[in-house]
Amino acid sequence: MSSDSEVNQSRRGALKCLAFGGAGTLFLLSGGVLAPIDLALAASKKSAHAMTGTPLFLQISDTHIGFNKEANPDVAGTLKQTIDFVNAMPAKPALTIHTGDITHLSKAEEFDTASQLLSGLNITELHTVPGEHDITDGIGTEYFNRFGQASANKGYYSFDHNGVHFIALVNVMNFKPNGLGAFGDDQLAWLEQDLKGRSSSTPIVVFAHMPMWTIYEPWGWGTGDADQATSYLSRFGSVTVLNGHIHQIVQKVEGNITFHTARSTAYPQPTAGDGPGPGPLKVPSDQLAKMLGVTSVKISGHPSSAVLTDTTLG
Amino acid sequence: MLTKNFGRNLINAFAVTAMLATTSAASTAVAQDANAVVMKNFDFAPMSITVKVGSSVTWKNLDGEPHTVTSVDGLFRSGALDQNDSFTFKFDKPGTYKYLCSIHPRMMASVVVQ
Repeated sequence: MSSDSEVNQSRRGALKCLAFGGAGTLFLLSGGVLAPIDLALAASKKSAHAMTGTPLFLQISDTHIGFNKEANPDVAGTLKQTIDFVNAMPAKPALTIHTGDITHLSKAEEFDTASQLLSGLNITELHTVPGEHDITDGIGTEYFNRFGQASANKGYYSFDHNGVHFIALVNVMNFKPNGLGAFGDDQLAWLEQDLKGRSSSTPIVVFAHMPMWTIYEPWGWGTGDADQATSYLSRFGSVTVLNGHIHQIVQKVEGNITFHTARSTAYPQPTAGDGPGPGPLKVPSDQLAKMLGVTSVKISGHPSSAVLTDTTLG
Repeated sequence: MLTKNFGRNLINAFAVTAMLATTSAASTAVAQDANAVVMKNFDFAPMSITVKVGSSVTWKNLDGEPHTVTSVDGLFRSGALDQNDSFTFKFDKPGTYKYLCSIHPRMMASVVVQ
């Protein structure tokens, strides 16, 4: 319980730690304790490698290709910058997870541009889930044309990599009236089946676009039926839940489950309740790079634990 | 002095009101088929609009974030509307049509067709 209080940092505390880092801040989460470590990636790639070892995989989120307003007139540029940044990492992740809002308006040409840019990653294996911006026609025609095979167009699927069980979930096709996302009964039934019979020492990584815990209900930051999903996951020794949607990092640890939302590569959003809604947040142009970034995740150890590294573009 | 100004202002007020009443009556007659709703600050405004059967409603997004106009019963769906994009739908049958933004489903409103 005492480790929980160290981990459940206030957002302000987390921001202070993030500000410390300059080019990037590394959080080591090990055994439920979150400790910030100052890390200037630009200055010292050697120390980065020594501290983190080989990241298992990369989380990228909310690329919003097609957005062109004040908060960032060049989201393709910042995505390219992100990809160059990832390609220059001293240790190459084995696979990439995109937690959705690949495009801004679900348009074919936006998906084309996004795919083209993402193919510049030297990580060849890419797994995606859609965000609500990717399926604005209601059925996600363009999204599923490109990314539907993994799930036979259902949107949810699972796969294994190096002993880690990955589960992709969709919570943007079934909104609740209060604005929270939802999985729906079919997907929850599938999830229960998918987990049945797996050893509880199997490390699990779940990824979905909307936060799988309620961060701020008035802005729809949460998933209405997430508790049911979480109940199937709680028996496992190491569960990492990766989400996007809110364009900022919020993190929570509950038992053996670590919940984490990622930054966007396109534009930041205000903190919960700060303004009329979760729209694009314009910041001075020299601040933008500090608010965009990616996350790398390493899972290791016996019993397994997750080390999450959030890095910014500037 | 005060009384004089008050009297003048009152007369002006009446005149303006009369003018407005005429103008709006005229514009109602002319613009019967164009009824406008805007998306602003993550709200539909007005949240309820009443129109005559056979008339159209035009939605315009004034927010920096895309919104959609998606009817709950599946009758109409705008797709993603970027800032300053518009969507128009013509209502041929009477009824109350609830709709929301599918990207931000807390945004809910309705069209009453009489």
